[in-house]
Amino acid sequence: MAIIVEAIKHLFKRPVTLRYPFEKEAPPKGFRGRPIWDMHRCVGCGLCSRICPSGAIEMIGRGHEASIKHYVDRCLFCGQCSESCPRNAIRLMNDFEHASYSRDSMIYEYKRES
Amino acid sequence: MSYGSMIKVPFGPQHPALKEPEHFLFEIDGDIIVNVKPRIGYNHRGIEKAFERRTYIQNIYLAERICGICSDAHTTCYTQAIEELLDVEVPPRARYIRVIVAELERIHSHSLWLGIAAHEIGFDTLFMHLWRDREAVMDVLELVSGNRVHYAMNTIGGVRREIASEIIPKIIGSLDFLEKRTKYYMKVLRSEQTVLKRTVDIGVLKPEDAVELCAVGPTLRASGVKNDVRRDDPYAAYDEIPFNIVTDDGCDVFSRILVRCGEILESINMIRYALDHMPSGMLRVRVPMAVKPGEAVSRVEAPRGELIHYVKSNGSTRPERYKVRSPTLANIPALCKMLIGQHVADIPIILAGIDPCFACMDRLVFVDVKTNKKKALDFESFRKIVRKQRELL
Repeated sequence: MAIIVEAIKHLFKRPVTLRYPFEKEAPPKGFRGRPIWDMHRCVGCGLCSRICPSGAIEMIGRGHEASIKHYVDRCLFCGQCSESCPRNAIRLMNDFEHASYSRDSMIYEYKRES
Repeated sequence: MSYGSMIKVPFGPQHPALKEPEHFLFEIDGDIIVNVKPRIGYNHRGIEKAFERRTYIQNIYLAERICGICSDAHTTCYTQAIEELLDVEVPPRARYIRVIVAELERIHSHSLWLGIAAHEIGFDTLFMHLWRDREAVMDVLELVSGNRVHYAMNTIGGVRREIASEIIPKIIGSLDFLEKRTKYYMKVLRSEQTVLKRTVDIGVLKPEDAVELCAVGPTLRASGVKNDVRRDDPYAAYDEIPFNIVTDDGCDVFSRILVRCGEILESINMIRYALDHMPSGMLRVRVPMAVKPGEAVSRVEAPRGELIHYVKSNGSTRPERYKVRSPTLANIPALCKMLIGQHVADIPIILAGIDPCFACMDRLVFVDVKTNKKKALDFESFRKIVRKQRELL
């Protein structure tokens, strides 16, 4: 019965959980979210696609014409791509809501403007 | 034994105690367990094989996914093994950061276990309260590493992220809160009849049995044996940080609860000391992609006990053989010993008492039933079997 005082006190307190879809807590600074590519900086070296532990990054084409396909359904959000990029072209975003009913909608394509 | 009164009760793979599938066959006489036969292998994921098909950098993230709760322990163990092969010295600051993250993880793992233990004995109020307060350490981990579960802090040759000076006050604040709460819970656990009646003198493991059956971690320390890899074979910065090894002489489930509570308090002090005495300097050294041929074994004190990784390299960018011995596997023989002579109703809390993580420990061997021969499969023949089954479907 030692916990009963604590338990009764909590009846008069606000819930500690958030009502999620309506209330959201912002992720902290430095959160590892979805990576995005800055194609102005990308030189198409292909290091990100080779180092990715889960094969979530596909490079189409070669060198300066290459475009990037990112499969979020496979992504581990480890941030190794952004760490390995020699040109700092990959940045990790703050968003964390990637769930979807189809895998096709979870592919992000990064193309060069020509 | 009276007129064949022995009844065999299968427990699992789907069972009410734990979320993971594992089978135990209990032979019971009346309500007393006479014999236990564990059968492991329901959750084998082929991770050791997967190690051989990925590069050393990619394997860091694979090692992390061996376990969701002790993810940092697995990466520390993995990177230490590779660093030994590469003959690389980790910078002092990185060693301190490894300790801080490892101890934060220990706090989170032990408070998770305390909640589960409370749930197994049917004390859900305590379970909810414990898990609410656990969020404080989860938030700190997210702040430090950028993710709640898979921290990805370790890399070969150091750590990946800095603990910035502006977040240190926040960490200290959370630690103060956790210390206050853990002390309160210790007071509650010691006086609460619901806990005492379900855990005192339940699942007794005598010190000599614990040593003989090679129990590890809090399970061993709750039998009064002072054994801790952090003290016996110091890694990271554990040789520079003062700490006590928490033990208890009760040898039962209740002393396992007390040992884990005590370890939370020890970890809080260690993190405070590490944050104060963290040297400045670089975080990592650059290492080559290919690792020279050789073998290495690395040991880490994971929250559940001693964790061993073995790696064999052949000079390429991928390991030739990788082996993981997770703490739960070492605790299974001790678990069987604890269960004998106990009541059926106490099975869940004794099982949960070793803080099992069955997915981490599962082993698999193919046995030809006709010839009783054992064999291991290589990746190609495994692939063939999978293809054949797919065609059949």
